[in-house]
Amino acid sequence: MDQFQAHRSAHPLPIRIMHWIGAAAVICMFLSGWAIYNASPDLPLTFPRGLTLGGWLAAGIAWHISVMWVLFADGLAYLAYGTISGHFWRDLRPTGPRALLRDLGDALRFRLPHRLGHYNAVQRLLYTAVILCICVQVLTGLSIWKPVQLAWLARLFGGYPLARNIHLAMMFCIIAFLAVHLLLVAIYPRTLVSMVASTRAEGEQ
Amino acid sequence: MIRRRQVPPSVSLAEIAPEVAKLTRRRLLRHGLSLGSLALLTGCDLSTHSGVDAALWAMLRFDDRVQAALFNPQRLAETYAASAITRPFRFNAYYPVWETRMVPDDWGLAVTGLVADKTPWTVDRLRGLPQQAQITRHICIEGWSQIGQWSGVPLHLFLRHVGADLRARYVAFTCFDNYSTSIDMASALHPQTILALDFEQQPLTPEWGAPVRLRIPVKLGFKSAKNLESIAVTNTYPGGFWENQGYDWFSGV
Repeated sequence: MDQFQAHRSAHPLPIRIMHWIGAAAVICMFLSGWAIYNASPDLPLTFPRGLTLGGWLAAGIAWHISVMWVLFADGLAYLAYGTISGHFWRDLRPTGPRALLRDLGDALRFRLPHRLGHYNAVQRLLYTAVILCICVQVLTGLSIWKPVQLAWLARLFGGYPLARNIHLAMMFCIIAFLAVHLLLVAIYPRTLVSMVASTRAEGEQ
Repeated sequence: MIRRRQVPPSVSLAEIAPEVAKLTRRRLLRHGLSLGSLALLTGCDLSTHSGVDAALWAMLRFDDRVQAALFNPQRLAETYAASAITRPFRFNAYYPVWETRMVPDDWGLAVTGLVADKTPWTVDRLRGLPQQAQITRHICIEGWSQIGQWSGVPLHLFLRHVGADLRARYVAFTCFDNYSTSIDMASALHPQTILALDFEQQPLTPEWGAPVRLRIPVKLGFKSAKNLESIAVTNTYPGGFWENQGYDWFSGV
């Protein structure tokens, strides 16, 4: 333990805990959300019943409004921790358009010099984007859950029907993030280890 | 989304409540937990199905309490201009439109439970009470919504008129098409909750809930029961057709 405290951890323990609780909650929200979506699909697609959580509308809703409390608590804890600990400032703060273009160019050519515990400009952008997407998802979710009691929130998203479509669109955005995220984890499995076990951040170049 | 359950008539819900509870739990269990994928994806412990099932029901009850706390009895649902009315208006029931029930010849609206005056009501008598019109959004639990126009007797006026105990917890509705639902007293007394007699300024036809239906814009659509047959004021949880199968009871919007 002591030898690790001398060095910065790639992902501090609270981040690792909140990451996995959040990941499980988001996936449960997807699967139960699909059961709800299937009751009245707005797009020419439905989700296979076996892939949904709950299988039918009522059970999907029961899961959705149960897990939402987990996501809500985990998300609030993460936002508080990220702000107070300096995680957002140190790791997610944008580093300027030049760094972004450079790192994006590298990433698109699959030059991915990953160092544990360090966030390049593309990572900063993507993680910030997915955090914002999840925030919008929670807010649109609240607005379609309570379009009368929280009418101001529903109005903010253009009224009930539009808020519902934004809620659906955000789901696809988060899935797109997840696809990139999981692809990169598959390319660099040690990042998965560092999100589970205490792992020392790699040194500066 | 059509699902029907046979409930023998002439048996009161109270008599069969424990069996209904068991049945509905089993139903949520069967529908809700037939998923091996969850265990793989989330690591949730599904070793005891009944445990997860009970947890879901407990969360639904918790959610009901949160919703009741969020409910502001003064806040009005948004109203719309006549030009915003959805046309054609979508028919919805737990059965298809061709199964719509005609109004029985001897129809009267019964009022039971904690009320002073239990005289059944005719449509003419209901029309004798003050009327209120509204153009509001009907939001289905399935997610779709549409804007419709209804008018009728505000339920709070009706309940006061029959001398209902306004401190009672529930107002329950049963329908001659075998549907049923129930709402909390605070929502029943909301100024926009009406016993609707007209749809788009015409007396209700059978498919829109003739001769009288509930129209409650602060709840999801399945609470706006059509084809009413009786109204009961009670402190005993009445449940409802969908609620007994797992739709969240409060379902406020």
